[in-house]
Formats: sequence, C-alpha cells, structure tokens
Amino acid sequence: MSVFSVLAAGGETVAEHSSSAPWILAHAWVLPALMVAAFVATLFFGKRMKFLGAEFGIVSSVATMVLAIGGVIQWVRLAPGTHGEEGAKAEALRAVGAGLRSFAAHFAGEEPIKLRDPIERSVSWFRNGSVDVGLGIHVDGFTVAMLFTVAFISLCVHVFSIEYLRGDKRFTHYFASLNLFSGAMLWMVQTSTTLGLLFGWELMGLCSFLLIGHWWEDKTNSDAALKAFFTTRTGDIGLLVGIVILFFAAGNTFDMAAINEKALHGGINHATLVVAAVALFFGVMGKSAQFPLHTWLPDAMAGPTPASSLIHAATMVVAGVYLFARLYGVFWQGFSITSGGMNFGSWIGAITIVSAAGLAFVQTDIKKVLAYSTVSQLGYMILGLSVGAWVGAIFHLVTHAFFKALLFQASGSVAHSGSHHSFEMERMGGLRKYMPITYRTFFVGYLALAGIPIFSGFWSKDEILNAADKNGFTLALIAGSLGAFMTGCYMTRVMAKTFWGENRLHLFHDDHDAHGAHAAADDHGAAAHDTHAHDAHGHDAHGAAVAHDAHGDAHDAHDGPHESPALITGPLVALAVMATFVGFANWPFKDFLFLKRFWFEKNIANITFEETIAAAGKVHPFNWGVAIPSIILAVGGIAVGYWYNVVKQGDLGLVRRGGVFGLGHKVLKNKYYLDALWTDLIIGSIKGPIAKMAYWINQNVIDAVINTAGRSAAATGRGVYRYIDQGLVDGIVNGAGISASTGGGVLRKLQNGKVQAYAATFLAATGLIAFGLVLFL
Amino acid sequence: MLINQFLVLAAFLFCAGAYGVMVRKNAVLVLMSIELMINSVNMNLIAFALKNDNIIGHVFALFVIAVAAAEVGVGLAIVLLIYRNRRSVDPGEVSEMKG
Amino acid sequence: MLAQNLTFGLLAVAMALSAIKLVTTKNVVHAALYLVIVLSGVAAQYILLAAEFVAVTQVLVYIGAIMVLVLFGIMLTRAPIGKTPELDNNQRIPAAIVSLFLFGALATLLIDAFGDDRFDLNNGVASGAAGLNMVRTSDSIFSQYLVPFEVVSILLLAALVGAIVVARRD
Repeated sequence: MSVFSVLAAGGETVAEHSSSAPWILAHAWVLPALMVAAFVATLFFGKRMKFLGAEFGIVSSVATMVLAIGGVIQWVRLAPGTHGEEGAKAEALRAVGAGLRSFAAHFAGEEPIKLRDPIERSVSWFRNGSVDVGLGIHVDGFTVAMLFTVAFISLCVHVFSIEYLRGDKRFTHYFASLNLFSGAMLWMVQTSTTLGLLFGWELMGLCSFLLIGHWWEDKTNSDAALKAFFTTRTGDIGLLVGIVILFFAAGNTFDMAAINEKALHGGINHATLVVAAVALFFGVMGKSAQFPLHTWLPDAMAGPTPASSLIHAATMVVAGVYLFARLYGVFWQGFSITSGGMNFGSWIGAITIVSAAGLAFVQTDIKKVLAYSTVSQLGYMILGLSVGAWVGAIFHLVTHAFFKALLFQASGSVAHSGSHHSFEMERMGGLRKYMPITYRTFFVGYLALAGIPIFSGFWSKDEILNAADKNGFTLALIAGSLGAFMTGCYMTRVMAKTFWGENRLHLFHDDHDAHGAHAAADDHGAAAHDTHAHDAHGHDAHGAAVAHDAHGDAHDAHDGPHESPALITGPLVALAVMATFVGFANWPFKDFLFLKRFWFEKNIANITFEETIAAAGKVHPFNWGVAIPSIILAVGGIAVGYWYNVVKQGDLGLVRRGGVFGLGHKVLKNKYYLDALWTDLIIGSIKGPIAKMAYWINQNVIDAVINTAGRSAAATGRGVYRYIDQGLVDGIVNGAGISASTGGGVLRKLQNGKVQAYAATFLAATGLIAFGLVLFL
Repeated sequence: MLINQFLVLAAFLFCAGAYGVMVRKNAVLVLMSIELMINSVNMNLIAFALKNDNIIGHVFALFVIAVAAAEVGVGLAIVLLIYRNRRSVDPGEVSEMKG
Repeated sequence: MLAQNLTFGLLAVAMALSAIKLVTTKNVVHAALYLVIVLSGVAAQYILLAAEFVAVTQVLVYIGAIMVLVLFGIMLTRAPIGKTPELDNNQRIPAAIVSLFLFGALATLLIDAFGDDRFDLNNGVASGAAGLNMVRTSDSIFSQYLVPFEVVSILLLAALVGAIVVARRD
C-alpha cells in the first residue's frame, strides 16, 4: 500500500457530474496540464530541438488559447441554473442560494440576472486523520474570463519572446519557466480549494523568482529576484495564517465555495472573519504589490521584458486581486464593506493609487514608470473590491491585463530595436518616426491607461469610481480621481520622452563594456545621482548584450533605431486590438449592434456576487456624473503633462530648485524612503543590539526633539525655557534615554550565545506561565 | 490505577531531563537528557490513549519514536562535527551567536 | 490491582532514581547505562498501559539502536571513560530551581486537573488483549495516517543523508 495506490483509490471518488456539462468547462484542468507538459518537455528535450524548446511552449499556448476561446463560448451558451454538478455540495449551495436564484432586478426595470451553476469536479487528494483533503476545479464565469485573459497574454508573450530572447544563453530555461508559470496561473484561477490556490500561488512565486533572476550574473538582478521572493513571502505568512484560520473556522474544509457560504450565512463569527480577512489581505498586499509591500515590483523589472509583461503586469500580480474576489464572502464580512465606511482594503488601495502614481513621475526608466503604474492600477482593483465594485474590479483586472501587457511589450520593442537594449528614456525620444507600429500600439495602450473614452481602461476604471461614489466611499473616490489625473500626466511624460521630440540615442554612443563595469561598481543603495547610471544597466542591458552579439550584424548594418520584426509587432497589434475593444464587453448603455448591455457582468456574476453586492443593492448603472469629471481629469492630466514635458521641455530646474517641489522630488526619488525603512531600520534593528538602537534614538530623535523644544522655548521666554526644557523635557528625555540604554544593556546579557542559558530562560518562562495558569484559571 | 501516577512520573522525568539539558557540559549527555524528555511526553500520550479509549495516542507515540531516532542521528552528527572542529563538546563554548 | 500498583511503584522508584543519577553522575558511560534503565522502565510502563506494540518498539528502537548510537557518540568524541571532575557547568543552582519549580507547577496542575481519576479498565484500549491494540494501531497508521507515515519515512531518509553529509570527513 503506498501513497500512489491511495491516490488511485481517491480517483474513484470523482464527483459525479451530469453529462450535460460542456467538455472544456468540465475538463478545464487540461489547460494548465498542457502548459506543464510543455514545461517538462522543454526542460528535458528543449536543447535538442530546432528552436531550442520554444516550439513546445508555442504549441501548448496555441492549444490553450483555442481551448480558452472554446470555454468562453461554452460558458456563454450554457443555460442558467439547470446543469452542472449534481453532487451533495451543489445541492447545498443551491439550497442556500435558492431564494436568490431568481434575484430581483439589478437596476429598476431590468430583467434579473440568471445565474449559471459553477461546474465542479473534485477528487480526494489525501486524507489525514478524519480530514479528507480534496483537489478540484470550480469553473464559473470569473474563471473563464481569467482563463481567456491568461491564455491570450501568455500566447502573445511566447511569440514575442522568440525574437526578443533570440540568442540568449538560457533561452530554453526561460521558456520552461514561462510554461510552468502559465500552467500555475491557469491552475490557480480554477482550483476549488484554498490549498490548491496556495499551490499555484507559490509556483508562480517560484517562476517569478526564476525569471527576475534570469540574468543572474549581474548582482543587481539576483538581488532583485531575492527581494521579490522575500517580500512576497512576507505577505504569504498572512496568506497561510488566513488559510489555516478559515480551514478550522469553516469546519475542516479548504473548499472556497463552502468557506464563502459559511462566512456569509453566519457560520463563522465576525471576529474570526476580521482576523482571517486581514491575514489574507497581507498575502494580497505582498502578491499584488500594495503599499507598503510594493517595493519589490519595480525592482522585478530586472527580468526580461516579455516576462515582466506576463508576470509583473498582466497576470501574477493580479493573483492577490483574484484571491480577494474569489473569497469575497470573507472580505465582505471581515471588512464590513456593506457599511460604507473606509475599510482596511480601501485605505490601502487609495494610498497605493496615489503614492505609486507619484513615484512614476520621477523614474527615468520606462519600465519602472510602467511598473509603478501597474502598482497604481492594482490599487484601483483592490480599491474597487473594497468599495463593493466586484464586477468593476474584475473588469479592470481584465482590461488592465491587456493594455499593460501591451505597454510593456511595446517598451520591450523600443529597447530591442530603438535604444540599444536600454530602458533609459534619456536614450530615446523621437522614436515615432523610426518605429511607427510600436508607436501606434503604445499610443493605444497610453490612451487606455489614461482612461480616455472608448478605450478599455476608461470603462473599467469608471465602474470602480462610480461604485466608490454610490456606496459612500468619498475618500476612495477622491484618491481614484486624483490617480486618474496623475496617470494621464505621467504617461504623457513617457510619450514625450520616448516617442516625441528628437532622438537622443547618438548622445550616448559609448560601448557596452564600459557600462557593464560601471553597473557592477554601483552599489544598490547608491545615492540619487547614481541611480541614473545604475538604472540604465540594472537589467536587460547586461544580459541582452549576449543576445546583442548574436544579431550584431543586423545592428551594424543600420545602427540607428528601426522598427522591430513581425514576431514582436504581431503580438503588439493583437494586444492593441484587445486593449481597444475589450472595454465594450461591459457596455453600459442600451444594446447597440453587437454590443450587449452589461454582457460581461451577466456572464461573470456568481453566487458570491449575488449574495453580497447584489443582495445589498449595491450594483449601480453607469453614471455620467462620475464619468465626465474623470474624463476631464484624465484630459487635464494629459494637458498638464504635455505643457510641462513638451512645451516646457521638462524643465527639471523647476522641481529641483528647492522649496516644496524640491522636497517632493527628493522624497519621490528616494521612493518615500521605504527601501531605507525595510533594509536599514528594520533589518538593522534585528541585526544590531538593542542598546545600539536605544543609543541611536537618544542621539538622533531625542536630540532633535530637544532642539526643537529648545528653539520654541527660547522664543517664548527664558524663564519658560529654563523650566520646561531644562527641568521637564530634559528630565523625561534623559530618563527615557537612560532607561532605554540600561534596558538594552540588561537584555543584551541574555544574548550571550550559550544555548543552555537560553534553555534555562525558556524553561523558567514556561514554568512561570504554567504556574500563572494554575493560579488564575 | 490512578491516571496521575503516570502523569506525575512523566512530569518528574521531564523536569530531570530539563535539568540535564541546562547543566551538562557534554553535548552527548545533553542529547541523552533530551531523549529523557521525549520519553516522558510519550508516556503521556500512551496514558491518555488508555484514558480516552483512543488508539491514536499509540500511533502518535510511534511517530514520536521515529522522529526522535532521526533527531538523535542528526544531533550526534553535529556533535561529532563540533568535536572535530573544536576538540570539545561543551555546548557552553559554542557561543558565536552571542549578540 | 495490587500487583499492578506494586509493579508501577517499583518501576517508578527505579526510574526516578536512575533519572536523577543520569543527570548528576560524573561518569559519561554510567550516565548512558542509567538512561538504559529509565528507557526500559518506560517500556515496562507502556505494557502496564496496554500498549505492548509501542513497548516493543521502544525496546527495539531506543535501547537497541539509539543507545548504541549514543555510546558510539561517547567513544568518537573521546569523552573520558572514567570519573571526571567537572561534567556540569556553573548554572547548577538556577537550573535546579527552574526544574523544581517546573515540576511543582506541572504536578499542581495535574493534581488539580485529574485528582483521583482512574483508568476505566473495561474500555476498548484496556481490554484489547492478545495483540488487538497492535491491529488497531497498524490499521490506523496505514489508512488514516498514511500520509504522515510517508512523511516520517522521508524525514528518516533525510536525517540519514543529512547525518552522513554533516559528519563525513572530506
């Protein structure tokens, strides 16, 4: 008897599903399985193949794409309510949702949305004690939308990568990681249990680590990979805690549908849900790069650009958003979203939108601008979910995936053919003339991101802002509108520096070797003026130098900027088409030609959505009162950006000269000092002895307090000065300092490195606690 | 038989083991004291299996024995390594981790 | 009942004295022998508690395997075989206070919680004579707890490999 035989035995317990369930939806696991098969094939046979293993990835992703389109068609044509799994769980869910099944009209005078049952299949994975851990799929409209998005972008990235990484020495490994990543993401969006979700989540983290560190010979790249890994792992502690809490709270089950149901119908008490929601939210913050755990995402740009486009823009970073939306019942109760006050999620989302958009202004590296823009847009999604715009947030997730993948790949095209493998915007400029297709597709992405009507970003962002307004989250509305303004502004700066004006590449006509040495000499935490040179060579430049040699002939022939080949522009055009038209999927007006009113919403609405937002009557139609101001703000942002960057030629003197602008510029340049906070303050305080910390506080903070107090006291009068400063403040301050340093000294003695003394302390403490329990309980 | 006669005996063995862990200057003796503590815990498991009429206590005692075997193997290997590098097995002398 | 209590008392006294000698003796090899006494006593207690399979495992694994390992450890570290002047470090008094305090707390807690509770000698585990408990144990290991069992086997393998890697000379 072995594990395998039990697994085989478990296989017999496949839940019965009626034969009416469409094949692709009932076998959605085939999609990730295809990508994982491609991963294995690439890893083992890739190097022997003609295209070094890329063919496996291409074939699998084309097949996945076809299946995903088939899945969308099957889902749309599925009749509501009468098919799907007939197991006990579906019966239970149906019993719960029975009253809501024929739900009241969403908006006055409209027919109710008819829900389709999710298609569920599961096998018993393993048993431990009396707990039976299942592994299964749960396919509903949300899953189908995610599958389509991921498959589409994955295919584009695979095609793009063939040309972009041609000649790279780890070409095969790159494709293997890409395949595994796609498989993990496709799995994560369809699994029915939190455990299965964790599995996909961590696999994606691993692939992200591998791809960021793809050119690991450069220390900055491997540092960036480690930073991404550790930062997301920090958040994952919360995720694990949340999963464990929910496992026990929901009665020994990992099943997400059951957890949602229990959370929404009083099966779990409110305090537990609050703790679980906050814990899970830490995982969301790490993965979806929310303030203040967002610092890894800009550094993650060290990876190859198509990988950034797939992982760090379109798909992996939205895993947190997906988790939030999937376990919405838990967050709905835990964050009390229905009550309408600013909750934890909406605060974090609002802060992220504005702070990341601010940071995007001072980046000189086009990929970093896009990275901060991604952070900011993820903030919109988190904000949307936290203010009750479930559909809006998911819609934004989908539209953002298309237009941000487009922007990244276009920037990759620019670096590939327009600026000698550099992402430094100082080396670009005027590329409109040289790269017409890249320029036009980037322009589409720009308009979509800025939220200009008819392009996709407008529709989805507006839905979130509308919900924030209607559900009483005024601060969220303000932050979102401000973010819309800033987005238009910084993206115009990117356009001006990259595609408009004069080309500046010839100003930087030095060879690559000198730069390699320069980059190596730079320290990671270099001062602000160093970041410039450092950023220019922090990523692709170094590794791509290898690739550069391979097609060096082409470059020698025409050394200036030129348009990229069809393998790069093809995916760009495909993504641009999607970025333009995908916004019409949730057409908010009356049916018009092929546009169906709220087609997207009607197809992704699931039982969780019905029981939370719809039941609370928080679904709102399109509203010009919010849309027009947001259009005005976006256009205003573009106008300001145009005035400053094109008319004024980006006069940096204005911001560097000092005053409030200068201070703001400095703070932004240093990324709000968050990196310094993580590395210097927190790690330093763990590393250094406590006494040192107390000394530091004594020297810096408290001295500063004394000085400030001294100055103001001197102004108010000598007598007061003598009394307050010398007597009271000094007393308190010195007392605090002395007690801190004495305390540090005492505690330091405990850290004597002798294990047996540690054991004695530990046992004594245990005894005291036990004794306390005896006495007081 | 009283339940407590087993539990108190186990508690006594546990505390004797704890004393050994705290005072012994030979790492092998420290490991032996740890074995004593593990055994006292196992006695609790077996006693409660009988009290609660639940065989799972026996299952866990067996798991604990297996894990303890692994622990002794790795622990002795580490002690040997320390001995080879420092010619001493006194845990008190290995204090590079001091703050 | 008297026989059982008498057996328990004799074993308990022997075990307690050996445990004290184990942590106080100045001779390393003697300490190992005292440990053998305590472990055998524990095995005997398992039999009193109707856990004969665990008792046999205890003898095989602890006294058969682990003690041999420990003796090898003593030899390989060239510990002085005879009496040694100092086998304890300088925190003997605080350690004694801590462990006595711990014992006091634990004993109070146990007496408070279980008082004069007795085993029900008619229940399933107690009446599981003639190897029935062994059947039950193996049934639940190989069905309910199969995955933990496999995990433990992997742990043992890892410990084996790890011990070799750590201790080999290279």
